[in-house]
Amino acid sequence: MDYQTLFNRTIAELKPSGIRRFFDIANEMEEVISLSIGEPDFSTPFHIREKGIESLEKGKTWYTPNAGLIALREAISGYVQRHYGMQYDPKTEVLVTVGGSEGIDLCMRTLLNEGDEVLVPEPSFVCYMPLAKMAGATAVPIVTRAEDEFRLTAQALKAAITPKTKLLVLPFPNNPTGAIMRRQHLEEIAEVLRGTDILVLSDEIYGDLTYGGEAHVSFASLPDMQERTVYVSGFSKSFAMTGWRLGYVCAPAPLTQMMTKLHQYALMCAPTTAQHAAIEAMNNGDEDVDMMRADYDSRRRFIVRELRDMGLDCFEPEGAFYVFPSVAVTGLTSEEFCHRLLLEKHVAVVPGNAFGDCGEGFVRISYCYSIRHITEAMRRMREFVQECREKRS
Amino acid sequence: MDKLLKLLDSNARLTDAQLATMLDISEDEVRRQIAALEKSGAIRAYKAVIDWDKTDRQTVTAIIELKVTPRRDVGFEGIAEQVMAFEEVESVYLMSGGYDLSVRVTGRSFQDIASFVAKRLSTLDSVISTATHFVLRRYKESDVMFLGENQDERGIM
Repeated sequence: MDYQTLFNRTIAELKPSGIRRFFDIANEMEEVISLSIGEPDFSTPFHIREKGIESLEKGKTWYTPNAGLIALREAISGYVQRHYGMQYDPKTEVLVTVGGSEGIDLCMRTLLNEGDEVLVPEPSFVCYMPLAKMAGATAVPIVTRAEDEFRLTAQALKAAITPKTKLLVLPFPNNPTGAIMRRQHLEEIAEVLRGTDILVLSDEIYGDLTYGGEAHVSFASLPDMQERTVYVSGFSKSFAMTGWRLGYVCAPAPLTQMMTKLHQYALMCAPTTAQHAAIEAMNNGDEDVDMMRADYDSRRRFIVRELRDMGLDCFEPEGAFYVFPSVAVTGLTSEEFCHRLLLEKHVAVVPGNAFGDCGEGFVRISYCYSIRHITEAMRRMREFVQECREKRS
Repeated sequence: MDKLLKLLDSNARLTDAQLATMLDISEDEVRRQIAALEKSGAIRAYKAVIDWDKTDRQTVTAIIELKVTPRRDVGFEGIAEQVMAFEEVESVYLMSGGYDLSVRVTGRSFQDIASFVAKRLSTLDSVISTATHFVLRRYKESDVMFLGENQDERGIM
């Protein structure tokens, strides 16, 4: 059979994720030190794993309600209120999903029609564009820039809005840049949206991982914003639970109801074992998050200093677990830099343009690694940058 | 200071500048804290974790359980001090349970250790009995895995 003629055209035309390509090369090589992985190096805290194990021992292996165990939805509602001050009714406004990504997919497919425009600040995680396209809409990138610390500005937002704009994606704290939006920055965005019907998909999967004193502010907690916001988060990053595949969406009841309908047809419910473990994470996991955050924070400072010290321009990321230095001083493009760094020094990092065209000239470096590992990677990278700079001069 | 100790515990070779960055304090402050910790005896020494099997030097390690009679006035400490003084002895712990002192000894061969136990350790006045356990393999030491590399099972998404 000629499968090429049989595929759905939209999906056949989607580009594969740019993060993967280097990984495939790296996999073939020996002694590669990677700083490319976007998931915690910690395992899930044991008391959380234990609750999952316990549920299996008790034979709790059935489906849960479509929207998730009510005890978990209550725990999520409590967590979101305790940390970010929003009030969501666990019965009608909370939906447990298969990872944050499912939440993003549900939100897009539930809201978007053919011809709608979705505003996506870039650089950002690779899934927004493809999912918007799959929902039949047009994704419109908004360029964020290093000189604005990769924040979305009110000005850039205003310039991108058209009568067709249906949804704004707010991917902060940001993967790959590590940028965050403080309260005043979010307030400027809110001010642009007030009085419009534009909805917001606030992807706050890294919300628990911000550094430098001030706590993360959720967009939905701003005056009048909750009614237009689909708040997406999950357990993967905060609680080191990537493999459990569990996330959640909080949104006004009519939206949640519609998303639940889709979720019910596509997924039935999120994994039961993971849900039992997640209740423990929500109710008794704050200390674990504090511990991991403190650890990421010292690595963050360490790596930013190393990068600046070797002559790379690097704005100070205040969230997630990535740094996004410019490689301009080497005279190389993102791809060249990553390719040669891998071949010559066996260090894997991800080219910035994998996260949108405006990521060109940057690379994403993850600090989900031990200091020992980071130290060795930085040593090799320093040699490489030095060699590039010597050749140029 | 706890955080500083934790960092040094994981890698004592971090420079003052690196420690300062990670702890968000000045280098002077790092030096001041380290000096205080050294002075108070909280930091006793800085050592490397060495896998001798990867070197030309052959070593044999044994853990010896000692039962002893505590002596009047000095108790267990008197005997511990005697045992500590032997240069073959790497560590000495006072234990709860079935025996009194746990002694870790490293030598060049089994004979070395056997003769150390027979001639020097068991002849001490207070020693009632010894039980010598030879270490066959080291899988993990001082938080460092010796068995295989730490495989990173994470993939790329």
